[in-house]
This record gives sequence, C-alpha cells and structure tokens, in this order.
Amino acid sequence: MSDSNLFAQQESNRRRSAWLLAGFILLFAWVGFGGDWAFYLQTQGAPPEAYHHIIPWVGLLTSSFAAGLCWYSWRYGAGRVLWATGAWEIIEPADPAQQQLVNVVEEMAVASGLPRPRIWIVPDPDPNAFATGIDPQHASIAVTEGLLRTLNRDELQGVVAHEMAHVRNLDTRLMTLLAAMVGAIALMSDGMGRMLRGGAYVRGSSSGGGRGGGDRKGNPLALIVLVAWLLSLVVAPILSQLLAMAVSRKREFLADATGAQFTRNPMALASALEKLDGATAPTTTITHGAAHLCIVDALGRPASERPGVVGDVFGSHPPIRERVIRLEGMAYQQAKLEGHPGVLTPPSLPA
Amino acid sequence: MPGIIFLVVLAVLALWVVGAYNRLIGLKNQVVNGWKQIDVQLKRRHDLIPNLVNTVKGAMDFEKSTLEAVIAARNKAVSATGVKATAQAEGELTQALGRFFALTEAYPQLKATGNVAQLQEELTSTENKIGFARQFYNDVATDYNTKQMQFPTNLVAGLAKASPAELWEIEDAGERAVPNVDLSMNKPPA
Repeated sequence: MSDSNLFAQQESNRRRSAWLLAGFILLFAWVGFGGDWAFYLQTQGAPPEAYHHIIPWVGLLTSSFAAGLCWYSWRYGAGRVLWATGAWEIIEPADPAQQQLVNVVEEMAVASGLPRPRIWIVPDPDPNAFATGIDPQHASIAVTEGLLRTLNRDELQGVVAHEMAHVRNLDTRLMTLLAAMVGAIALMSDGMGRMLRGGAYVRGSSSGGGRGGGDRKGNPLALIVLVAWLLSLVVAPILSQLLAMAVSRKREFLADATGAQFTRNPMALASALEKLDGATAPTTTITHGAAHLCIVDALGRPASERPGVVGDVFGSHPPIRERVIRLEGMAYQQAKLEGHPGVLTPPSLPA
Repeated sequence: MPGIIFLVVLAVLALWVVGAYNRLIGLKNQVVNGWKQIDVQLKRRHDLIPNLVNTVKGAMDFEKSTLEAVIAARNKAVSATGVKATAQAEGELTQALGRFFALTEAYPQLKATGNVAQLQEELTSTENKIGFARQFYNDVATDYNTKQMQFPTNLVAGLAKASPAELWEIEDAGERAVPNVDLSMNKPPA
C-alpha cells in the first residue's frame, strides 16, 4: 500500500471513530430526551396537582452516561476486550513457543516500523487471533493457545502481520470502540425496554386517574414520539451489530494485503487462514462483542451459532476462500516480479 | 484589491513551501530512523554469533572451516562502515550463516540440546528482523528519493538539504534463498 493509501485509511478510521463516538452520544441523547419529550407531552394536560415532567432528567442522565462510556471505551476499551477473553500477557516467555511468538511479533514491529505491541495469550484451544488498542503506541496483539499449537513459524508470522496491519491502519481504534459500544447498546436496549414496561404502568394508572377531554389533544403527538422512540430502541442494537460487521468485512481484505506486504510472503497467511478455517469449533472464550476483532470469525459459521438475530445473515468476515484466492493472486504477482516461475502453485479452487 | 490578491497568493505559496519542506524533513528522519533500526538488529546478530559458535564448537569439530568462515565474516561485518560496505559485509555474513545452518541440519543431536534450538530461533528471528528492517529502510528511502525528485517538491529539496538516500541492495540471488534454511524451525513445537 502506498503512503497516500495508508494515510487515507488512517484518516478514514479516525473520522469513523469520531463519528461513532458522536453517533453513540446522540443515540443515547435521543433515547433519553425522546423519552422525556414523550413523557412531557403526556403529562402536559394533567391536572395542576399531578406530576408534570418538565426537567428532562432522563435525557441528561443518558447523555452524560453515554459521554462517560465513550471516555471509558477510549481509555479502557482495549483492556476490557482483553479481560473479557481471559487473556494473559506474556512478560517473560516461558517456553520456546512463546519465545517464538514474541520474536515473530518483534519482527513484524520492525517490518511495519511501529513500536512492539503488548502480547497476550488467550487460553482457548481454537486457533484465532485479534488486535486491539486505541493507537499503535498502546496496541495489543492476542493469540489463542490453539493458534500457537496449530501454525508453523511462517504462518504465525503471516497472522501476526495481519494483526499489525490492523494496528497500523488504525482499524483497532474503530474496532475496539465498536466492541465496547455494541455491548453498551445491547445493554441500553434491554434496560430501556424494562423502563418502558414500568412507564406503561404509570401511564395506565394516570389515564385511570380521570383525564378531561382537553388532555387528549396532546396524545397523538405523544404517541408518534413514543413509537419512534420505541422503534429506535429496537433498531439501534441491530444497526450497531450490522455496522460492526460491515466495518470489519472490508478491513480484512486490506489487512491481508498490508500484512502480505510486511512479510512479502502471502502464501504463509493463505495457508494459515486455511488451517484456521479447518478448525471448525467456535472460539468459545471470545464473545459476541469482540468477534469482529478476530482474524477469522470467532463464532464459527454465521447463522449456525446464533439463531433468531437478524445480523446472523451477514457474517462479520469475508469468506476464507475469497481471502485465500486474493492472497494467492498476490503471491503470483510477487513471484512474477521476482522472476521465479518455478515457485508458482496453481491457484486452488473451492473443493 | 490587487494587493490583497498578491498577498493571498504569497501566503498560499509560503504555506506550501513550509508544508513540502516539513514533509521532506519528516521523510529524512524516517530514513535515518530506518537505518538505526537496521543497525540495532545487526548489532544483535553480531552479539549472538559468538554465543552460537561456542555452543556448537564441540559437536561440530570437523566443520571448523564453516565456523571459521562465520567468525571471519562476522568480524568483517562489525568493522564495516557506510551503507554500501555494510551491505556487502552483512551479505557475506548472511551467506556464511546460511551454509552453517544448512550444515546443522546434518546434526540432529545439536537440535536436541535446548540451548542450540533456542539460539537458532534467536538467530533466525534476528535474521528476519534484519530483512524486515532493510525492507522498511528501502521503502522509506525510496519514498524519500522519489519525493525529493518529483515536481514540485524538488524545488524545496535544496532548502531541506535533501540528497538521495542509498538503498540497501541484495547482491545476488543466492542470498534470497537463505531464509529457507530455517525450515527446521517450522515444525510446531511439541
């Protein structure tokens, strides 16, 4: 990737991260103030002695909560993602396999011209890997125990190069923030749903308290606001999931390409991807929130593992076959450039 | 009114000169830093080789000439200065090491002792890092060279005291094959 491409990608990730934070706060503000508004319209015509919802304390609460959460995601998101997977950090490599991982990460740090990220091991037998962190200076790369067992040195290098590419392109910033926010939005949707059931109860009792004909004037608007508000509660979590997936799908191809540029060995990553694909078991320690961070979908085959969610239809990762074929194309180009027709392997076809 | 237009044009030009100058200086520093990275890895390689040679000396007594070639190449590389001479000497050292690693394949008992396997992994990694540092250096140096020659940045190249950076060339095709020697390390650790 040329420099202008790199800067464009970093810039796009910076911009998207900023939009994500803004959109997140706006969503929470809408949920809060929208609820206030609906409640205000509803209590508008109530008798003077009854409760009037004038101070939008729900909106103030949710907005400040969202802002706090944004700050928290920025500051501690990477740590939370690592914590959620149960990863532990390699400080002093204890065995040859760990030493090799540390060496390979250092090699890729040299190749990418970035500081060495912190290295973590996820205690999971399924081979997988992910990178997280707000910027390259505070990046972490985590691999599963299964990955260390399954891959040879070159393949491990290919996978680590892919992760370093995510770090350099600043994909990790966007993905880490997304991971934190997908979780938060799901939580908010649940919480607001519960509040709403409480609100419906209040409304039922207030209308039972004998309203005059004048009260009903405000009701149609209140109803529309209420419906829009309700709808956004349902749609927000799905949207955020879809966004997380769409955002990661595009990035995987780019990270494969950048990683191959670091190692100048696209076939190693291709063969690693095929091995990861062959391991059918889902990575159990990596939950929904962090699945889009991984090199291959941590949740196994899409739609098979999570019934009943719309987002299942769309995988968070492009098909492995397509990624492998693209990598083989790069290997072919490289071999042609270096004039090694002998090393060419015929492009493999789907079995 | 024409005065204002003239001033605006002048301001835009000045801004561009400052920007182009700073970009060139930034690239120049990257080139210098890239070279330092290579240096760090070369130093590490030079430090590792005596260790490795001492460890295997006993077991590989009759391969003395290969060991001596490695030592000689290493000493020559340590004293080399300048991009071209260093590249040359390090290239020779890489080849000597390649022959040495190829030979160790014939001594499975060497691998059995953990120390040698560990040293070989260290050296393999250092070899890789040298390769990647060189790759990174060549990439930024090429960028730098291209920028200072391209119009219109070449107009401020003199101002930034930019001169073409030397690339680290690989001399012969034989050297490309060297990374394949670490095939022994490709088996997943038991």
